[in-house]
Amino acid sequence: MNYLEVQDLTVSYRTAAGELPAVRGVDLAVAPGSKVGIAGESGCGKSTVALALLRLLPASARMGGRILLDGEDVLTMRWGRLRAVRWAGASIVFQGAMHSLNAVHRIGDQIAEPILLHENATPAAAARRAGELLEQVGLPARRAAAYPHELSGGQRQRVMIAMALACGPRLIVADEPTTALDVMIQAQILRLIDQLVGEHGISMLMISHDLSVLADTCDRLAVMYAGRVVEEGPADQVFRSARHPYGAALGAAFPTIGDPASRRSPRGLPGDPPDPAAMPAGCAFGPRCPVAEPRCAETDPVLWPAGPDRAAACVRVLSDEQARGAGVPAGGAAPAEQVAAHPEKEGRTP
Amino acid sequence: MSAVEPPPAAAGGTGAGSEPPPGAGGPGPRALARQRRRRAAAAFWRAYAANPAGVAGLAGLLLFILVALSAPLFVDTADLSVTRAPGSPYQPPSAEYPLGTDNFGRSVLDLVVWGSRVSLTVGFLATLVSVALGALIGVVAGHFGGWTGTVLMRVTDWFLVLPTLVLAIALATVLDRSVFTVILAIGITAWPTTARLVRAQTLAVEARPYIERARALGGGHWHIMGRHVLPNVMPLVLAQTTLMVASSIIAESTLAFLGLGDPTTISWGGILQDARNAGAVSSGVWWYLLPPGLAIALVALAFTLCGRALEGVLNPRLRERR
Repeated sequence: MNYLEVQDLTVSYRTAAGELPAVRGVDLAVAPGSKVGIAGESGCGKSTVALALLRLLPASARMGGRILLDGEDVLTMRWGRLRAVRWAGASIVFQGAMHSLNAVHRIGDQIAEPILLHENATPAAAARRAGELLEQVGLPARRAAAYPHELSGGQRQRVMIAMALACGPRLIVADEPTTALDVMIQAQILRLIDQLVGEHGISMLMISHDLSVLADTCDRLAVMYAGRVVEEGPADQVFRSARHPYGAALGAAFPTIGDPASRRSPRGLPGDPPDPAAMPAGCAFGPRCPVAEPRCAETDPVLWPAGPDRAAACVRVLSDEQARGAGVPAGGAAPAEQVAAHPEKEGRTP
Repeated sequence: MSAVEPPPAAAGGTGAGSEPPPGAGGPGPRALARQRRRRAAAAFWRAYAANPAGVAGLAGLLLFILVALSAPLFVDTADLSVTRAPGSPYQPPSAEYPLGTDNFGRSVLDLVVWGSRVSLTVGFLATLVSVALGALIGVVAGHFGGWTGTVLMRVTDWFLVLPTLVLAIALATVLDRSVFTVILAIGITAWPTTARLVRAQTLAVEARPYIERARALGGGHWHIMGRHVLPNVMPLVLAQTTLMVASSIIAESTLAFLGLGDPTTISWGGILQDARNAGAVSSGVWWYLLPPGLAIALVALAFTLCGRALEGVLNPRLRERR
């Protein structure tokens, strides 16, 4: 059974301009011990998904669907149970460790904070455990007496990782854990996370705009666009040969080292993601899609099997697979109806 | 062989080098922390001392507190009795009575010195009550927001627009006459400004990511308010406290002058009321009126100067503007 299972998650924010949908029906599954990545540019809803997992969104957010954490629905949990699940069931490594640490407390006390909150530990035992955790993330235990401003950016992120491990969670959500770090430290931190997650058998959900980081760390990869997963599959396959044009554009945005041609003609993606208040008709990616067809403005595609263990939400994938005759429902109807009739999660086995 | 002189440093050459004993060579972590705290305190003092008005206020304040604390050493309480006063009534200032005597023949200097005890005590305690109440309501209103915050803020606004003195007079009239009543009356009427200030700062602190982290790791409301918001609001509360003491002392004097204090205790406001009742104003006995009035003004000034200087140190934006 999957440790985390997100089913048809929707999140919308109530604003003065009305309801703004930030997440529009996301399905995700994280098997025990596996590492899943969510990629996408700013504003695609990936951080909203991360915060929704522990119900940390502001009061103006309305959530729908189901978030099953170890079989229990987070969205219907009572407040006390929710507090118990937070950090002990799933913990978060936040982006920007500088601001996620309280400047007026010593880091040892801050690592001990969740231990004291969740376990009946004495302060001395919690302090001892905080020292052990610091050693685990490669900092000497005596640094527990330091204040956050005395540490470097990489060290602070190590402290955040130690804190995430404090209560022995079975899932760690890493929300852009390396954004503010330089490339060398970024690699160190990623290796550390990878190693710790492997050693403890923890599942991980990593969120980043950097597809190469995710492809390097994760087993499976989901690409989000405008509040939906548009492509999903094994990490290296999604990175190298994306089936959705957006996934392909993200993957192609990285220059190939040693290939001067890729450096001279960077292939960016023009335009911005759509305004959630004014979604385009049909495919949300249509207006920016380099290979858009007239039918894209009419059809809103959902995830469709796109090869073994993969799925993509694009009408072109749909017709390709149909041409191949794989898993086609009764033919003859218009593509839009077929898409709507098709069960969404087929072709995705965790 | 080294049993005669076993200093820790001489025990082993290399071993001692890796872990130096405290005091020798590199200082231990605790000594380091102490040093750091000393340095921080020194830096704080330098910033404070750069404000001459603040230093003057602090000096005046310390003088008043010293006098109030040591008053029993040079004031005999028997001399303050109305029936067995040492001098004759309305003596102008002389060598024996530097500030003259009152209508009973008591030394005005003794009265003012003794009165500082009550005035300062009430000033401090009333401030404590009002600041504690204001900080609690401000943090709670800022943390919960929504309905709770709105209701609390409307209550605060209601207290804010109500004339403080009128409310304090009403409270002091209804309750029993005692120093405790005066403290309560001032404390209950003076908290709204603190509450507004603290709420604004709470909103700023609550927007920081470590509050989200604290929520994510399962912290409850009290945990977040007590451990994360309060320490970050504290400097502001501290500066507000010093400013508040001045107005509390003035409020206490006002209540005592209006005859709402405890008639059995001597306070600056009480002396002023006695002087007015005795007709000191019309008979030109200036030495009976001036000393307590000046004492009130000076203490209030000293506290305000300290508060402003403290605010300047704690709020870098104010420092730059100077």
